Amino acid sequence: VTFAETILATCGHPLQARSLGVLQVNVGKRCNQRCAHCHVDAGPERTEVMPDAVIDDVLALLDRAPSIHTVDITGGAPELHPRFRWLVDESVARGRHVIDRCNLTILATAPYADLAAFLADRGVEVIASLPQSRAAQTDRQRGEGVFARSIEGLRRLNAVGYGGGDPRRRLVLVSNPVGAFLPAAQASLEREWKAELAARHGVSFDALICLTNMPVGRYRDWLVASGNHDRYVARLVSQFNPSTVPALMCRDQISVAWNGSVYDCDFHQMAEVEPDAGPLNVRDVDPARFAERTIAMATHCYGCTAGAGSSCGGALA
Amino acid sequence: LRANGDAGDEKLTPRAFVTRSERSGRGLRVATRARAMSHQEAPYYCAGDLPAFASVSDGAPDLGTKFFAWYSAVFADGALSAREKSLIALAVAHAVQCPYCIDAYSHDALEKGADVEQMTEALHVAAAIKGGSALVHGVQMRRHAAKVGM
Repeated sequence: VTFAETILATCGHPLQARSLGVLQVNVGKRCNQRCAHCHVDAGPERTEVMPDAVIDDVLALLDRAPSIHTVDITGGAPELHPRFRWLVDESVARGRHVIDRCNLTILATAPYADLAAFLADRGVEVIASLPQSRAAQTDRQRGEGVFARSIEGLRRLNAVGYGGGDPRRRLVLVSNPVGAFLPAAQASLEREWKAELAARHGVSFDALICLTNMPVGRYRDWLVASGNHDRYVARLVSQFNPSTVPALMCRDQISVAWNGSVYDCDFHQMAEVEPDAGPLNVRDVDPARFAERTIAMATHCYGCTAGAGSSCGGALA
Repeated sequence: LRANGDAGDEKLTPRAFVTRSERSGRGLRVATRARAMSHQEAPYYCAGDLPAFASVSDGAPDLGTKFFAWYSAVFADGALSAREKSLIALAVAHAVQCPYCIDAYSHDALEKGADVEQMTEALHVAAAIKGGSALVHGVQMRRHAAKVGM
């Protein structure tokens, strides 16, 4: 059963957008890490970087779409983009809430020693990846020594006020499964992680969100190579939860690729699933029409509707 | 079960066992054993039985319904988290050596947010209790030996 058929059976019509509230900007595929599960296939060797002209187009979209309340900057490691700070400043100057999807280790590298303070000064929300609260599984997925450097990144964020309950210094951790299984219930895991990370490492955070790994990019390659692909996809399909559909993130967002192409979400971007109405560049987006579009669907969409659901903001149901 | 097996299948598949035995003329004992086993179509433990667990309700639906409702309630978040309960289940699964439960709760513990480090420690708890329960009976052995010995 295709996802489109499942949605039709559940809703009685194709999946429709609701608003244009979140502008997710993928500024490129360069990253200081090379995680085993990365759906972007990012890494130090990647050369795709959003050109200045596309950043200008992104800001122009902000100017003509007042409904966009949040600019969600991702990558790669978005902070590696030479105009990352400029994009943050310009978005903040336009009164938008800004999210930095941060891998934590970048904060612990010498050239970015002042990054935590930069983010804090502008009230940027940091959503940071940490798949597990202990080293072994984290390092298996993200690379040797990443857990220890991530803890150092968390310390730097805590030192400038992140993770202490201040809404202008909000620090959210993202956990995703290290393997071919669904994520845990985020509320109970959050309580456990807060106690464990405070006791063992003296660090704090505001919230934990749990994301399902989408069968896209490097994670899909691993699923196939390890013989887990079919069983994992079958699990996603069998765990379809109709109560997640109204909250699906694609209904309220737009995802812009490094080259200016627009998609319904970052996963569609990486899987090259174009919008239902065909290819679209960010400079050509009509906010009113885009907010009423039919959303393109693919098999990996089952990842967002399985169990408690999943989105860039965590569980949905 | 495969109808025709290689040498490796001989121990596992009665039909292949008969065919190869008769062909090789290894005698009546083997053929008789094969006939005695011929009513068996599945091994004692079969992975396909796990997803069919609910079918045990068919013979006694009221009891089955009560059992599965109670089972679900047992594993819900309570004074213990669902993750802690899953780790207990995983440890007990190893103690009672139930392959169905081991498969089910290895996956369940991961999906409840446990990692292999925690899961392995849980099994050591089960192993410690099993080992300890054997060893503590040594006190009885020593008492008996003291009684009858010089």
